[in-house]
Amino acid sequence: MSLAADRLETLLPEHKPALTTAQARAEAGRCLFCHDAPCIKACPTGIDIPLFIKQIHSRNVLGAARTIFEANALGHSCARVCPVEVLCVGDCVYNAKGEPPIMIGRLQRYATDLAVHGGTQLFEAGSPTGRSVACVGGGPASIACAHELIRMGHRAVVYERNPWRGGLNTDGVAPYKMQAEESLKEVEYLSAIGIEWRVGTAVGEDVTWADLEAEFDAVFLGLGLGTDSGLGIPGEDLPGIWGATRLIRAIKTGAGALPDPASLGAAVVVGGGNTAIDAARELSLLGVPKVMVAYRRDVDAMPAYLHERGHAVDEGVEFVYRTLPLAFEGNSRVEAVRMTALDQNLEPMGDPYTVPADIVAMAIGQARLIELLDQVENLEHDWGQVIVDPDTGQTSNPKYWAGGDLANGGAEVVNAAAEGKRAAHGIDGWLRGNGGT
Amino acid sequence: MIQRNERTGEPIDLSIDCAGIRSPNPFWLASGPPTNTSGQVMKAFDMGWGGAVWKTLGDPITNTASRYGAIAYQGRNVAGLNNIELITDRPLDVNLREIAEVKKKYPNHAVVVSLMVETKDEWRDIIKRCEDTGCDGFELNFGCPHGMCERGMGSAVGQEPKVLEEITGWVMEFASIPVLVKLTPNITDVLYPAMAAQRGGADGVSLVNTFKSVIGVDHETLSPIPSVGGEGTSGGYCGPAVKPIALHMVTSLGKAPEFHLPVSGIGGVQSWEDALDFLLLGASSVQVCTAAMHYGFKIVDDMILGLEEWMRGNGYTRIDQFVGKALPNYKDWGDLNINFKIVAEIDPATCIECQLCYAACEDGAHQCIELPKGTRVPRVIEEECVGCNLCQLVCPVEGCITMVERDTGLPRESWNERVAKGTAGAGSPH
Repeated sequence: MSLAADRLETLLPEHKPALTTAQARAEAGRCLFCHDAPCIKACPTGIDIPLFIKQIHSRNVLGAARTIFEANALGHSCARVCPVEVLCVGDCVYNAKGEPPIMIGRLQRYATDLAVHGGTQLFEAGSPTGRSVACVGGGPASIACAHELIRMGHRAVVYERNPWRGGLNTDGVAPYKMQAEESLKEVEYLSAIGIEWRVGTAVGEDVTWADLEAEFDAVFLGLGLGTDSGLGIPGEDLPGIWGATRLIRAIKTGAGALPDPASLGAAVVVGGGNTAIDAARELSLLGVPKVMVAYRRDVDAMPAYLHERGHAVDEGVEFVYRTLPLAFEGNSRVEAVRMTALDQNLEPMGDPYTVPADIVAMAIGQARLIELLDQVENLEHDWGQVIVDPDTGQTSNPKYWAGGDLANGGAEVVNAAAEGKRAAHGIDGWLRGNGGT
Repeated sequence: MIQRNERTGEPIDLSIDCAGIRSPNPFWLASGPPTNTSGQVMKAFDMGWGGAVWKTLGDPITNTASRYGAIAYQGRNVAGLNNIELITDRPLDVNLREIAEVKKKYPNHAVVVSLMVETKDEWRDIIKRCEDTGCDGFELNFGCPHGMCERGMGSAVGQEPKVLEEITGWVMEFASIPVLVKLTPNITDVLYPAMAAQRGGADGVSLVNTFKSVIGVDHETLSPIPSVGGEGTSGGYCGPAVKPIALHMVTSLGKAPEFHLPVSGIGGVQSWEDALDFLLLGASSVQVCTAAMHYGFKIVDDMILGLEEWMRGNGYTRIDQFVGKALPNYKDWGDLNINFKIVAEIDPATCIECQLCYAACEDGAHQCIELPKGTRVPRVIEEECVGCNLCQLVCPVEGCITMVERDTGLPRESWNERVAKGTAGAGSPH
């Protein structure tokens, strides 16, 4: 499926563009090649970072890509979307030395770009085992799981309800980190190993779980989270009020009738997580002159990464804390948000007031897929968060595994990649043992 | 994962045979601190090293503190390393027990024992005892240029071809396994000791050992570095800084028609690219010490993976297919084509206007770069450019200055050919 050519994300330039060969070599030359390197430990997929940087420095760039993908099949997108500031780069020993840490993400991108853009396949399918696995949900967790399963000789089929592949990598990542097209390129590259796709197919609607169980030896659940949650306050159904992930999806794919941001005067984003910051920054960078993030707790409690908040502030986004919307106002569409300040106990204080808003993004969390999960027999979950064995990713139903946001409650692409791979090994062990026979 | 030849699909085999000593890959730890104990050597084998030359055995010695000095260059530590550490300071029976233990556990890895003793009886005795460990070969340490040479061993032997030949002859009489003679570079021409080793019957040579050196002086205490309580002495220099000199010596053996022995290359190897240089110039194994002392054994990952990737991309499946393959392209100066012409080109789009090329050419070369008015981007005066490529070497932007070939319309011609034709003379206005 091709994306809308005029989708808004194409207006936003990358914030961390590709390194030139000279830049990459110079930066690689700075790496100290630490023993028991902290950057490796900080990576959920355990990429041997000093090795791949050494390989870049010794001009074995494809070898560097191999080292990256060996640990993390999604290394191409992770190079762009990982919050490296709180992972590998944040733990680089240069920070303690008072010198700029190594630009690990950008070096990783330098290596993976060569392989992915050049279409150089570095892995092949294992000898066929005759076993097959359904991976439900077409995002990073399922792709990582399927890729690893195929390397081990199993057949893997990914089910995706959307017409496009890649999950949040395609329709949810901030465009200045990675555009949808780059995610689709990565999916194309990884799928070449033999991942089969059934797009536009919603499990539980278009096919039943029983159908999957009949066709496949095991099922991996990589469905992510559900739709954006609302506050349940008056006026919430006015046009112009968007769930944040739906808004970002519209910016990235062109799906959904988003007004021209340049025609909007003010935006309010409700929430304090990374999705709130993404939505606010995207609206601001697309030209909305006044963007406010309203968060109901204190600044210290804000879950969004500090570095992302810093970028948002630099770009002119306004933050208000201990502030709660009471109602959305407007005639044919939203025009203002009625808000109240909260006291230290988060109780309303003072007189409510209104701020103008032509568009509102609700970033207060996403619904859980409880009804869908309840269709699967004996699948234990904690209010929609599937409970898995921490070593194998297996669920309480022995034929089912899970990973990614569905199992971790909402984390990074790199966590989904790690959990998808973990499940692949869990499934492989189970299939090679007595499982599924 | 299996590396395969891109064209034939055959798996890539890194195993080698150097003077009859076999190992799963060409990367050996050189005799030195990294091969002091069985714990180190076994860990190194587990991490991928193909062989190890045990720290030199002999009459155990006492060491000093400190023992090392190093040159840092532009922010990188240990561009060159100097040491005054001697041979093993551990009892011979402990070393022998450990060597046997390693060989038992790693039958397919190369364990070469470095030796340095004085008298014929001592050589006979130590060789017999070492062979009982099951080791794969010996390396005769005729190279160490500090401490031991003052006692008539190490480089004192390597610098006297007759002595070297005689001792090698003794060893060949006693040894039943392959023997490498390790050569010192602290001589006029490495071919002299190499030929002596060949005449003595050695199975191969390894080179180079370290270069005699003083790192510097502590400007407060006036002690030479490395400093032992305010005093210092000359030590052996190694590390990345010495690689070009080592390569020259390996090459000169590879080019000598009278020299036929296999070579184990040593000197400044830090990456697969360095190792490949030695292999292409005729070494059939490569020894590494400084890089392991700086970064640990893990450095071998890049060497193995990089060499495999290069072999895959260039259609090789075995090391012996390309050992020495660059040697035919090495010529005497007099046989180089003096009609070959290149000129420098500066890419204004990538130039960062530092003008280092200008300074280098104007003050240090042939005044072929000018600074046009109204821009900081230098310009090459092509008709003046001699193609020396100094500007390219000093340019901090990779790819900004390129050397472009110009057709002179002249046939290939060397200086020697001109001399033969009687047309030699001052050939250039520069």
